[in-house]
Amino acid sequence: MTLESILFYILSAVAIASALLVVTRRSPVISALYLILNFFCLAGLYLTLHAQFIAVIQIIVYAGAIMVLFVFVIMLLNLGDERKLSEGMSYKKVIAVGLAAALLTELIYIIETSWIVLPASTVSQGTDIGTVEYIGLQLFTGYLFPFEVTSILLLVAIVGAIVLAKRKY
Amino acid sequence: MDLIEAFFKIVIVIGALITGAAVMVFLERKISAYIQNRIGPNRVGPRGWLQPIVDVVKLVMKEDIVPKSANRFIHDLAPILSISIALCTFAVIPFGNTIELFGRTVKLMIADVNIGMLYILALTSVGVYGITLAGWSSNSKYSLLGGLRSSAQLISYELSMGLSIIGVIMVAGTLRLDQVVVHQTRYLWGWLPAWNIFLQPVGFITFMVASFAETNRLPFDLPEAEPELVGGYHTEYSGMKFGLFFLSEYANMITSSALITTLFLGGWSIPFAENLALSPLTMSLLQVGSFVVKVFVVLMFYIVVRWTIPRFRYDQLMNLGWKVMLPLAIANILLTGGLLLALN
Repeated sequence: MTLESILFYILSAVAIASALLVVTRRSPVISALYLILNFFCLAGLYLTLHAQFIAVIQIIVYAGAIMVLFVFVIMLLNLGDERKLSEGMSYKKVIAVGLAAALLTELIYIIETSWIVLPASTVSQGTDIGTVEYIGLQLFTGYLFPFEVTSILLLVAIVGAIVLAKRKY
Repeated sequence: MDLIEAFFKIVIVIGALITGAAVMVFLERKISAYIQNRIGPNRVGPRGWLQPIVDVVKLVMKEDIVPKSANRFIHDLAPILSISIALCTFAVIPFGNTIELFGRTVKLMIADVNIGMLYILALTSVGVYGITLAGWSSNSKYSLLGGLRSSAQLISYELSMGLSIIGVIMVAGTLRLDQVVVHQTRYLWGWLPAWNIFLQPVGFITFMVASFAETNRLPFDLPEAEPELVGGYHTEYSGMKFGLFFLSEYANMITSSALITTLFLGGWSIPFAENLALSPLTMSLLQVGSFVVKVFVVLMFYIVVRWTIPRFRYDQLMNLGWKVMLPLAIANILLTGGLLLALN
């Protein structure tokens, strides 16, 4: 086994375990912390794929900005444990488990019968595909229109947030 | 062999950071004493120079008190997070050019990665968790307020910090910190060193202010503000766990001074030293010395500012961050872009 595959297995194991802990922990802050751990594992996985830029952006944007805001809000509201909300086995849970099991079998079936064949060309583009220079060049040449549309979308979201927060018209 | 080399560099850098932090604590107390017309620590060792060692011994011997209703695990985790992130940031900062030792050319930085600046931004953005978690896990109102303030403050100033770095990136055309330093060894009009402080004066000011805010130093020390919050986020900490917060504050100060030096003050470069025809080894050592001197000057500035300027009020802090620093940083990017376009 190469170093990369060892890293891949360790990182994915931690990522799956932390993702499970996010939904099973009672305390919201602890859940948020496991989500941060999960983001770090994802960043590590990106690094093993030579996508350094995406790895760092994953940490800056998700772990460093969005999760800080999440933790901030949870702390500000001082949310306690969710123990009071817990309920016993209800019909909702049974249906949810059934649907999840159906989805899992479908996924396994699709992957096993290789319904979707991944294009082989994605691997052969060399190791510089994840660098900042390459991504910047692609964004401002081949993908300029989607890039600009995304920024307009973000601008609309910012204006909307300010309008909602201001309350005086 | 590379591993051994990396190991030695890590040991040296961490040792230098921790020793530097101890020296800084002593100098801070001494300089503050002179500014306030006192004498300062002068009992332990010659002129009080052994005071930091006594302080550390005291902290280690003290009892570790954890509040009854605190979350034990996170209460322990928070100082560890703080200090490890503070120490990790230094990994990509070049503290010298190359040096010839035992027939090997050693590059004087721990990790030579091509996204050095983004690495630093990523670490400073997660650096807030140490303080925030310390505030939350203590289960005390003062700590919680300190933690909340710190996360709001860091989110606000991270933006102008990142945006002021972009100006430097545009001028140097790279994200590698060693290349940024090499870029600053040139001269403008043949006599002025092309340091980014001359090329990016606005970026320098916004970065400086943002790094004061990121290290929680006065006038931005609202997360710990003694008069209102007892001790802020570390109110409920004692013994060496408190000591780790203290240490990481000073380690952060050293790292951000090193960053200011690297990005804006020419890093390890010595202007006009190439005309002196020194041997390569002397030159390398002098360059390391030049880096240390520059970092020291910035650190002295940190200390003098702390004991000169009063703390901001919370709304002033937010106004400065969002309404002054952020527009300034954006204007700087536009101006830099325009100038680069006009000159090329």
